[in-house]
Amino acid sequence: MSGTVTALPDLVALATAGTDNPRADFSDTPVWLSLVKAALVFVYLLVSTLLVIWFERRVIGRMQQRPGPNRNGPFGLLQTLADGMKSMLKEDVRPKAADAFVFTLAPLITATMCFVSFSIMPLAGEVSMFGHTTPFQLTDTPVAVLLVLAVAGVGIYGVVLAGWSSGSTYPLMGGLRSSAQMISYEIAMGLSLVAVFLYAGSMSTSQIVNAQSDLWFVVPAFFSFFVYVITMVGETNRLPFDLAEGEGELTGGFHTEYGSMRFAMFFLGEYINMFTVAALATTMFLGGYQAPPGIAAINGGMFDQGWWGLLWFTAKLWAFMFVFVWLRGSLPRVRYDQFMRFGWKFLIPATLGWVVLVAFFRAGQQGWLGDDVVVAGRSFPVFSLALVGIIAVAALVGGWLWDSRVERKEASLHPRVPEEIDPYAGGHPVPPMPGQRLREPSLAAPALTSASDTKEATRG
Amino acid sequence: MTGTGEEVMFWILGPLAVVGALGLVFARKAVHAALGMAMTMIILGVFYIAQDADFLGVIQIFVYTGAVMMLFLFVLMLVGVDSSDSLVETLTGQRWATAVLALGLGGLLGFSVGHATWGRAAGLAEVNADPGNVSGVAQLIFGRYVWVFETTSALLITAALGAMVLAHRERLGKGPDQKEWSKRRFKEGRHLAGLPAPGVYARHNAVDTPALLPDGTPSELSVSRVLTARDQNRSPELYTEGELQIERDVQEGSER
Repeated sequence: MSGTVTALPDLVALATAGTDNPRADFSDTPVWLSLVKAALVFVYLLVSTLLVIWFERRVIGRMQQRPGPNRNGPFGLLQTLADGMKSMLKEDVRPKAADAFVFTLAPLITATMCFVSFSIMPLAGEVSMFGHTTPFQLTDTPVAVLLVLAVAGVGIYGVVLAGWSSGSTYPLMGGLRSSAQMISYEIAMGLSLVAVFLYAGSMSTSQIVNAQSDLWFVVPAFFSFFVYVITMVGETNRLPFDLAEGEGELTGGFHTEYGSMRFAMFFLGEYINMFTVAALATTMFLGGYQAPPGIAAINGGMFDQGWWGLLWFTAKLWAFMFVFVWLRGSLPRVRYDQFMRFGWKFLIPATLGWVVLVAFFRAGQQGWLGDDVVVAGRSFPVFSLALVGIIAVAALVGGWLWDSRVERKEASLHPRVPEEIDPYAGGHPVPPMPGQRLREPSLAAPALTSASDTKEATRG
Repeated sequence: MTGTGEEVMFWILGPLAVVGALGLVFARKAVHAALGMAMTMIILGVFYIAQDADFLGVIQIFVYTGAVMMLFLFVLMLVGVDSSDSLVETLTGQRWATAVLALGLGGLLGFSVGHATWGRAAGLAEVNADPGNVSGVAQLIFGRYVWVFETTSALLITAALGAMVLAHRERLGKGPDQKEWSKRRFKEGRHLAGLPAPGVYARHNAVDTPALLPDGTPSELSVSRVLTARDQNRSPELYTEGELQIERDVQEGSER
């Protein structure tokens, strides 16, 4: 085996970089402290969910020029609590045709799986807790980000089984629809994250955050960020992609037959999944718990360590939450076939191409594809510059060809209309097309001179 | 070598995995069987992770439970639980041939695996520390076994393409749209306003109940042909009698 490996020096070079394993150091973390951290993450998520439901209703209310919930507690903050109590006390209804065991199992799967992914999110860097120095994240593995995707894959079972076990048609169709949607968008999501793995050289969240200390990955992997933001909305079944519960077509989708606490579990799962995908976006693209560039420089990085990380992480998380609410407040629902076509025929192939491109850039950075050249005081690999040049030229030529084709098509669709028409030419008054002038009937008035014509124009 | 935590986990999850596997064989409903299998797969993934093979465990859950088993579940739900396969053998003697081939394969595998010799095991802890868990797997896949890996992927892609070619049907011409249907209707001169709607009665309306023609006979055209073929239509008499009852009640009320 060693003979083959030495024949591939690049692989060995990659391996000796040693960024595979997590950077977070859990050696000073006893088991009871892990349990405390698990409880803290759990409470953090529950409180966030209570707040985000209120936040969503208030912000959408403001966008629609109405107050939103404002009766229970200050600013209506306790509204969600009241709703939760109500759903706990409601009668637990199960349809006669439902499969009793699976009908109860499905919401349990959704409500438990959504919490699991948060165990690998770094909420803050090293903090001191009860006399121990420990990273504020429950655990980290070399495959942490894959774990999030795997747990999301298991979480889909909740949706599918809920649809099936209800024993009626609309929930079944809604369940199939939303699981098809989640699976297809998970592919594009996983592909978009590959570029980040290539840049960070690791799939462990602590390594990825650490790799962003110079530059957040949202800049070099901008296209991945773009794809990820779209897929995270598709993955969580949120507007404009909430096709599973298109009221006009499928009533409530997979949870049509659910009520009381069982429904509340689905509701909880949906919101915590939003937090999970937003936290992943924060960690992968926006530097995780690191302070924003300007603030990070103050006083030698005073605000960039310890418990401050929790503040930056939460701020970035809630920025994504606001985007979710903003989208819901402003966009209509898309059509299902268009949505699936967009996912399979644009997002997945485009992201595949992007990943190949990023792989070439990374190879250039490692110096495997030729020498560097110094441009304006910074050194760049020649290969990368050439690649950028080729892509720019190809984009220009492609855009020009595309534009001329569209123009030709437009011209063939709309034959040129004469600039001036006689409205009575066919014996029947015809209004002018847009951009056309009416020719004045010659018998009504003497021909206009050019002087009076311009006068008319300036007056108008 | 096995820690206490690992042992406790094994004795809890091991029996559960067996229960899931038995459920796959003995469950009456196909979906329950699929669920048992999914549970066994997840528990296997957890075992891999417990034995320091993080990448393998997560991929096991991600690919097998999240994708493959989900597709199975999809098919089960779409096909329906009560559908059954025909048990008539189309290829004569295939069972015997299968048994012989399976025995042969088992013999070959047992022979070659039994002959393998192992050197000193490096130990997962050491490998996980130096090249790393993912890099270690990557070095093997893209280094030593690159040709096996690429050949397998080519085989899988060929299989996927073949399935698509066999299952996908291209439409030769353009199907008639709503406009063409309406033109065709007028050309034929029948049912110009479309087919009659199914029955709407004072206390009932449903697609399986035919409408009544002016002379009081039920209209065959107003119900789906499929329901008629399956003999699942209801007689409208029940509801017309109900209507008579209502009329009688109204009559009585007005006379009172």
